Amino acid sequence: MILRARALSKVYHMGEVDVHALRSVDLDLEEGELMVLLGASGSGKSTLLNIIGGLDRPTEGHVWYEDRDLVELDDDGLTEYRRRHVGFVFQFYNLIPSLTARENVALVTEIAEDPMAPEDALDMVGLSDRMDHFPAQMSGGEQQRVAIARAVAKQPRILLCDEPTGALDVETGKLVLSVLQEVNDTTGTSMAVITHNAAIAGMGDRVVRMSSGEIAEVEVNESRTPLEEIAW
Amino acid sequence: MRAIDRKLWRELWRMKGQMFSIAMVVATGITTVLTMRGGYDSLAAAQAEYYADTRFADVWVSLERAPEAVAAEVSRVPGVAEVDSRVTAVARLDLPDVEGLGMGRFVSIPREGRPRLNDIHVVRGRWLAPGARDEVLVNGKFAEARGLQPGDSVRAILNGRLRTLDVVGVANSPEHSYAVPPGGLYPDDERYGVFWMGRDALGSVYDLDGAFNELVLTVAPGADPEHVIAEVDRVVERYGGQGAYPREDQVSHRVLQTELDQNRVMSTAIPTVFLLVAAFLLHLVLGRMIATQRTEIAVLKAFGYRDAEVGRHYLAFALAAIGLGAALGTIGGAWLGEAYVDLYGAFFVFPELEFLLRPYLLLAAAGVSALAAGLGAMGAVRSAVELPPAEAMRPEPPPTFEPGPLERTGVGRILPSAGRMILRNIERRPMRAALSSLGVAFSVAILVVGMFAFDGAVYMMDLQFRVIQREDLTLTFQESLSATVRYDLDRLDGVTRVETYRSVPVRIRVGHREREVGLQGLDEDSRLRRIVGQDGRVIPVPTRGMVMSRFLADELHAETGDTLLVDVLIGERRSAFIPLVGVVDDLMGVTATMSRAALNDLVGGGRVVSGAYLSVLDDRRSDVQSRLARAPAVATVASPGTMYDTFEETLGESLYISIAFLLGFASVISVGVIYNGSRIALSERGRELASLRVMGFRKGEVSVLLLGEQAIVTLAAIPLGWLIGYGLAALVVASLTSETYRIPLMISPRTYLVAAGLTVAAAVASGWVVRRRVNRLDLIEVLKTRE
Repeated sequence: MILRARALSKVYHMGEVDVHALRSVDLDLEEGELMVLLGASGSGKSTLLNIIGGLDRPTEGHVWYEDRDLVELDDDGLTEYRRRHVGFVFQFYNLIPSLTARENVALVTEIAEDPMAPEDALDMVGLSDRMDHFPAQMSGGEQQRVAIARAVAKQPRILLCDEPTGALDVETGKLVLSVLQEVNDTTGTSMAVITHNAAIAGMGDRVVRMSSGEIAEVEVNESRTPLEEIAW
Repeated sequence: MRAIDRKLWRELWRMKGQMFSIAMVVATGITTVLTMRGGYDSLAAAQAEYYADTRFADVWVSLERAPEAVAAEVSRVPGVAEVDSRVTAVARLDLPDVEGLGMGRFVSIPREGRPRLNDIHVVRGRWLAPGARDEVLVNGKFAEARGLQPGDSVRAILNGRLRTLDVVGVANSPEHSYAVPPGGLYPDDERYGVFWMGRDALGSVYDLDGAFNELVLTVAPGADPEHVIAEVDRVVERYGGQGAYPREDQVSHRVLQTELDQNRVMSTAIPTVFLLVAAFLLHLVLGRMIATQRTEIAVLKAFGYRDAEVGRHYLAFALAAIGLGAALGTIGGAWLGEAYVDLYGAFFVFPELEFLLRPYLLLAAAGVSALAAGLGAMGAVRSAVELPPAEAMRPEPPPTFEPGPLERTGVGRILPSAGRMILRNIERRPMRAALSSLGVAFSVAILVVGMFAFDGAVYMMDLQFRVIQREDLTLTFQESLSATVRYDLDRLDGVTRVETYRSVPVRIRVGHREREVGLQGLDEDSRLRRIVGQDGRVIPVPTRGMVMSRFLADELHAETGDTLLVDVLIGERRSAFIPLVGVVDDLMGVTATMSRAALNDLVGGGRVVSGAYLSVLDDRRSDVQSRLARAPAVATVASPGTMYDTFEETLGESLYISIAFLLGFASVISVGVIYNGSRIALSERGRELASLRVMGFRKGEVSVLLLGEQAIVTLAAIPLGWLIGYGLAALVVASLTSETYRIPLMISPRTYLVAAGLTVAAAVASGWVVRRRVNRLDLIEVLKTRE
């Protein structure tokens, strides 16, 4: 087990109203597993991802990465945690517009301890022929694959993806998901993929359904559904 | 309040840092214009009023002795309006508790009534009693420095006789607004006073009963002053006329006029720089603001706001910043202007000097500021107005990048990705980076040009008082003495070396150009006083021919090898052709030098000297000085070393004040440019930087990406600023070149380094303020939202 969250609660104070984004959530992320976090908008899945990704702190509860409690780390400690162990894939790619695909990846590998070559990472996502293109010269799907290459190139233990297909059409979305699956297969990186799209749920080893800040259901897939069979 | 105005106010408040920094740039510009132009107006008005009031002369001419009838003859010269004759003399004062020698300029006033020209203002006490022999009026500065009141007395050695004079009043005159002792450079109110004495009393002391030795006159409107001067010279020639000179060459007037002219030039140049910087900053800030408010603009338009209303809304931001700046600048200018004019009041005595803030000046300042606001806002407002609502609803397309020309040279390959990011951001908007650099460069340049003036002044004074004038004491005699006087001086205890000189008024003619100067004759082996150019090269005293200042040679259009026609203006008034054998790039005054032997041959009258240069042992100096002060044959004793010390003291004080002001001015610009530049970069790339933070970039690393661009802008600005500073310094040198002094164009490495260092410090401080915002980037927001 690589990540262990216990009794996580998060309360946002919005003016005079308290919003309970998470209510005493327990969650484990297994070594090498691909977990899908499913839920409607406002179900608390992003809050959960932010906390396990070291971007936010819970109001109550603890998160252990291996044997370290993230709650006890200060801002700099969380930065180091993200820097060494976590990769992020965003809904809107967030590539650096002034850097080419290769340079976007290199930006991260230059500060990593034991990275892949940027070219290998881009090859893994099928973009070896687009390495010297700038973001503005690429399609959304291509940009998202660069973002995945950038996230995996530093060889993180955990990859967190927040609605990675949210801005893409079906075919492109499936291509991106297949890349994620392949990365999981070949590198053994533990992954958590957030989505509100139930159709995607089948691609993971485990599906965690969230609702109103609580885990409503955990479903273990005996086998992953091939992406060709997924449609939405 | 309308909703759109609420939007204006709230957003102004949100952008207060940026708006304030722009307002400060404007305020500095307005403060300078009000202070300097207001100062100019005030001084010019006071000067004009004073001159009119006292019937200030247009032309002065000194002569040896002329009967009163000559004045009437001069008044008949065509073009002469009014003539007044008088007796003037320089005499030693016997002042208690004063190091060095007191000196007084004595000027006669008529037996009856006021002087026809160059009248005086009695500020305390009374006018001289008719027929009084020992009554004098003294000038205000001297009275103040010595604590003299009407009823006190002063002892003076008039024509070799010690007299006790009764001070009956304190008076001032425009002739002595800036009272410089003979042979001096600065006012020395402790030791130098102006005394007005009855014509009969002064005339009889100097054997000038019924005669005079100075004429002052005014030129009729429309008459050619040069022509008048030539005619007057012709008339007084046989009375030992020493050459008439116009008001422009009158010391007090000239010093004041130079100051006024400088103020006029600077009061236009400096504010122009500031307002251009402000316009540029507004252009940046508003341009960015409109880019981020595209959708808001679209919504406004979709609901029917007219283009003009949208345009007015954004123009209002510019006007708010500039309006605040103009208001602060006006307050600053009114306050600083008072202080500025007071400062001048300490040097120049004017009866009616007060700081004038004329309405036209306020209107002009406001108008020019509004123009700068318009200029800065123009581009941004136009793009807001021209944005079609449907297009504006869509977010701005992502910026396109490509490797720039600099990177294609191969620099890119050796840079890490972060370096390439910085480089490409600069290369994508080269104009913005270039203008930012130019702005910061002006900040460097302001510091360079401000501090250079001190470098130049120090060099000039050093050359004059350590290299050229190496004597400890400079003597002038009442009248020419036999050259054997040197043996008497040599015998004085403590005197280690004596060199004598002769100085003779001459007119030098080259073609149709002519010029009157004191021609000095130095010993051929002269070591205490030398002829040295600004490159430090010593030119030996020529055995035959003359060496003159470059300034004088240029005025006469003379070159080495030319033959000069020299008319001696004293004694037998001989004329002779003399070759110009050398031209020296000296920095103070204008000199024409020959060997003393050759000069004696030219003038006739035997081997005589008009003064001496002495080397004196340090511990014997005050003894020697006071002994000489009591010698009737000695007219003046000056100490170049004391002059240099006074200079250094005054310089030290004004150096710190100037640097404080310059630093303020320069910081306002560099902070304005760097702070706004960083804020805009943060606004444009905040999302990019936040996502890097999510991916584990440390705060410091992200700050480097953000501020690297500003660092390059600043570093590029330094050599550019040095260059601009050098150019401005050259302009200053050209505009300050005068007969009195010529500041050399020499900028010390220290000045360059300090200018760069202070600018970098201001930039680092601005960057640091923005860096704190990097620490507050919202990391979660970037996961979800699209720009």
